[in-house]
Amino acid sequence: MKQFDVLVIGGGHAGCEAAHAAARMGVDVALVTMTKASIGVMSCNPAIGGLGKGHLVREIDAMDGVMGAVADRAGIQFRLLNRRKGPAVQGPRAQSDRNIYQREMLSMLESASGLNIIEGEVVDLSMDGDRVTGVVLSDGSEINARSVILTTGTFLRGIIHIGDQQRPGGRMGDKASNKLAKRMDSFGLRMGRLKTGTPPRLDSKSINWDILDMQPGDEAPELFSFMPQGPLARQISCGITHTNTQTHEIIQKNLEHSAMYGGHIDGVGPRYCPSIEDKVVRFADKESHQIFLEPETLDGNSVYPNGISTSLPIEVQKDYVSSIVGLERAIILQPGYAIEYDYVDPRSLDAALSVRSLSGLYLAGQINGTTGYEEAAAQGLVAGINAVQFALGKPSVHFSRAESYIGVMIDDLITRGVSEPYRMFTSRAEYRLSLRADNADQRLTPLAMDLGLVSDTRQLVFDKKMVALSSCLSLLKETEVTPKQANTAGLKVKEDGQKRSLFQLLAFPDVEFDNLLSLKPELNAVEAQIAVQIARDALYANYVDRQRSDIERMKKDERQVIPPDFNYIELPGLSNELQAKLSNTRPDTLAQAARIDGMTPAALALILAKLHQMKPKSA
Amino acid sequence: MDTVFALASAEGRAGVAVVRVSGPQAHKAGAALCGSIPKPSMFAVRPVKGRAGALIDRVLVLTFEGPNSFTGEDVVELHLHGSIAIIRSVLSELSQCDGLRLAEPGEFTRRALENGKMDLTQVEGLADLIDAETEQQRLQAMETVEGALAGVVDRWRSDLIRAASLLEVTIDFVDEDVPVDVRPEVHRLLSHVIEELEVQVEQSYVAERVRTGFEVAIIGAPNVGKSSLLNYLSGREAAITSEIAGTTRDVIEVRMDLQGLPVTFLDTAGVRETDDIVEAKGVALTKKRAEAADLRLFLGDLPKGLQITAKEGDIHRSPKADLFPSNSGISGVTGEGVSDLTSEIVEQLKGRVSNRGLASRVRHRDELKSAATSLIEAKRLLDLGADYSDLSAEEMHSAMRSLSRLVGRIDVENLLDEIFSSFCLGK
Repeated sequence: MKQFDVLVIGGGHAGCEAAHAAARMGVDVALVTMTKASIGVMSCNPAIGGLGKGHLVREIDAMDGVMGAVADRAGIQFRLLNRRKGPAVQGPRAQSDRNIYQREMLSMLESASGLNIIEGEVVDLSMDGDRVTGVVLSDGSEINARSVILTTGTFLRGIIHIGDQQRPGGRMGDKASNKLAKRMDSFGLRMGRLKTGTPPRLDSKSINWDILDMQPGDEAPELFSFMPQGPLARQISCGITHTNTQTHEIIQKNLEHSAMYGGHIDGVGPRYCPSIEDKVVRFADKESHQIFLEPETLDGNSVYPNGISTSLPIEVQKDYVSSIVGLERAIILQPGYAIEYDYVDPRSLDAALSVRSLSGLYLAGQINGTTGYEEAAAQGLVAGINAVQFALGKPSVHFSRAESYIGVMIDDLITRGVSEPYRMFTSRAEYRLSLRADNADQRLTPLAMDLGLVSDTRQLVFDKKMVALSSCLSLLKETEVTPKQANTAGLKVKEDGQKRSLFQLLAFPDVEFDNLLSLKPELNAVEAQIAVQIARDALYANYVDRQRSDIERMKKDERQVIPPDFNYIELPGLSNELQAKLSNTRPDTLAQAARIDGMTPAALALILAKLHQMKPKSA
Repeated sequence: MDTVFALASAEGRAGVAVVRVSGPQAHKAGAALCGSIPKPSMFAVRPVKGRAGALIDRVLVLTFEGPNSFTGEDVVELHLHGSIAIIRSVLSELSQCDGLRLAEPGEFTRRALENGKMDLTQVEGLADLIDAETEQQRLQAMETVEGALAGVVDRWRSDLIRAASLLEVTIDFVDEDVPVDVRPEVHRLLSHVIEELEVQVEQSYVAERVRTGFEVAIIGAPNVGKSSLLNYLSGREAAITSEIAGTTRDVIEVRMDLQGLPVTFLDTAGVRETDDIVEAKGVALTKKRAEAADLRLFLGDLPKGLQITAKEGDIHRSPKADLFPSNSGISGVTGEGVSDLTSEIVEQLKGRVSNRGLASRVRHRDELKSAATSLIEAKRLLDLGADYSDLSAEEMHSAMRSLSRLVGRIDVENLLDEIFSSFCLGK
């Protein structure tokens, strides 16, 4: 029987990232998927990135992950969102050719040394007490592994709904994982149902593009990867159209036939990605909703109408689609549908994404209640790293909220749980101004280098960039000028006799990097990319300084480790509600405890006091 | 969870003493001690008997069922006759009940905080209420206990959550059709909260005075009878008086209740040029304390060149009316003009108290101030346009953190709720 260090179940975005990360760390990895053809499939919208999500992709790339590089190669329309707003809230987004994406992802995985792709259906986990020791395939064969990462996506007891019809399925055309679901039941973890939906796919040739507005991508594409990429794929524009009152009438009239409104679905759907039924009902006074028509591939005919996901019957889908301008004769290639699936309450996990009550089992992606390729991939990365650490008997690796969106997401999941599919937003990050997409490498590449995740080439590129940044920064900080000198150089500075460094001047709203060149000619040698980044650091410097004390306070609380067997029930003065919440969530640190819903300062003080009390005994 | 008990009224002999028992075993323990206890929210007289069956006292028993009690838990209160012996026996009987232990200092209040019966400001209010010496202090503390400050802060917070969510929606959902210009509403919300914050900051100074006491400094040249007046006011020999000018060198404080207002009178060293080092220090101290006081009572004129600035509302009187009669005379020897004086002081201070704010501590004021500063900056950045919405949002969050600290609440997430209930999002 073959023995692997790490075994990954599932070849979606979480699984790919997990397997590749583990292989980069130099261990033996198996990725088990039902079929090789489904590796890197984009089940829903063929796009990567966006606000918060683009940040996640940059962070994955900073650790030498695969998603960014693949998305760059597959990108057919790049747009930097919020270009006009501050750099901290700018998010790169790209539409992908789904075929190129799959092809590139598969080739990345196949070329990774130590990574074995195995086709088969996992029907059970092999157990030794509470320890997971491998998996059992449907043909009865077993594969052993020191640690196992489960990335079931929407496959765990998945049910597809179209109108009042329903059938088991993990995705259109794929079967659900029901046997594995039974094993998960036996662990006694808290589980729930979520749902998500997807729109009908349309035949490009049947769309009247001539009468539609078109949206092109950015002229200078902003890529995901920090590493230089080869030539881009051909770039395309998307069409824009709108629903109208007639569309809404058709939907209203047929609401009872919708799987969701007909009462066939118990799972909770995402509020930020509502079905067209939801939009029509919840925002009844809105007469029109925008739809983007996004080609799914460069060569094929399939178009993704972004904005009209649905679980109405096929006939109704045809009716309402043809009521939309430009789609009068549109042919539906694949109907829209809703899918319901099992997820595990992520409060059963620790910050390494390992199931607390078991040993050697890691969960990543939609199984943890999230939605989105980027969220899944980022969890895959974290699970992959920690599964390796576990297999090698090394300590687990945690990501802090103060340092990455990845840290924000993991912490949100394991301390707050989810009430709807979890999606990343920039507003979830309290230290948003420091966690920029452009400095993800500065935040995470050093950690990745320590863990052995980073290739030599990237390490070189990174080191070079850091040297350039720090020498430019010292030039700016050591050069001080009087207001008079600044004004002579054409900058508008108050005549207050106060000397300012060039770095401070750069924080002024109307001062650009180029304005400083006459004051310090050496700055002419600074590369454009470095100058842009330094200007962004300067812009936020004051805010970041102010946040530093908040961060320090949080880090201090993060160092207060709460033992896994801490007894909240015996803690006098703690309300029953908080006792229950804390016992279920089992925060790893005081900082995590503070973020639990309904937590009070007094309760934290109690826990801290108890921790102090316990210390002398253990010492 | 433990059940705890303690004497809830003051130590020592009194007419009535209250013993409170709180926790899951409270009702059982009450029944064990008294035979039976009244139904929740009712009271009744019951005999308390010891283990041996001997009657200890007949007491009034009040039963509360959680969460409808002070602590939010099951509670039994025993109102005993306030004899030290009875209190001791009852406490000793309770300590022998299973699962019961003596409460730690402040534990009832802490449990109330824990169980969401009170927030941090209410707990502070409770501490003030227990410490209240005068009617105005009691009124103010009561208001805080009833959650007046927390109520206002919650209203601000929900306005700010609304404002931040309006701005966040334009950041996080930029590629979706959220066409409305949200800025006018954000602007309106911010201006409103800033205005109210500033009023509360201003009024907090008065509220702090009500909590800690107003200071009235008695000032004048040496030997004009400042100390005599103080002694008359306090009805005791608080300060040494003598014919020798410059007797008072330190500042002497006498605290009293003037018609419900906490007032501290400061008897100060007489103001004059002096070569005596100790006296000179006294004069300097007088100047400092007098200027910081809430009200100054000037007895006669001060020597030229040694002025202490009078502020609006300060009071002037001619000294030693017993020796030099005058219209505005006052005497600490005969008491002439004293009741007029106290009425004027009370009137002055009452006028100020009517404007007292809800925040009464330096901690409150600091958080309010920092919230206001952040919001003013947020508004400025908002006006600069969309390029600065990330910074404007940051300032709003910073203000919300200040307000959360003020009431001691730690949670977020409300923002997204607001966003999703107001906007149709998702392509």
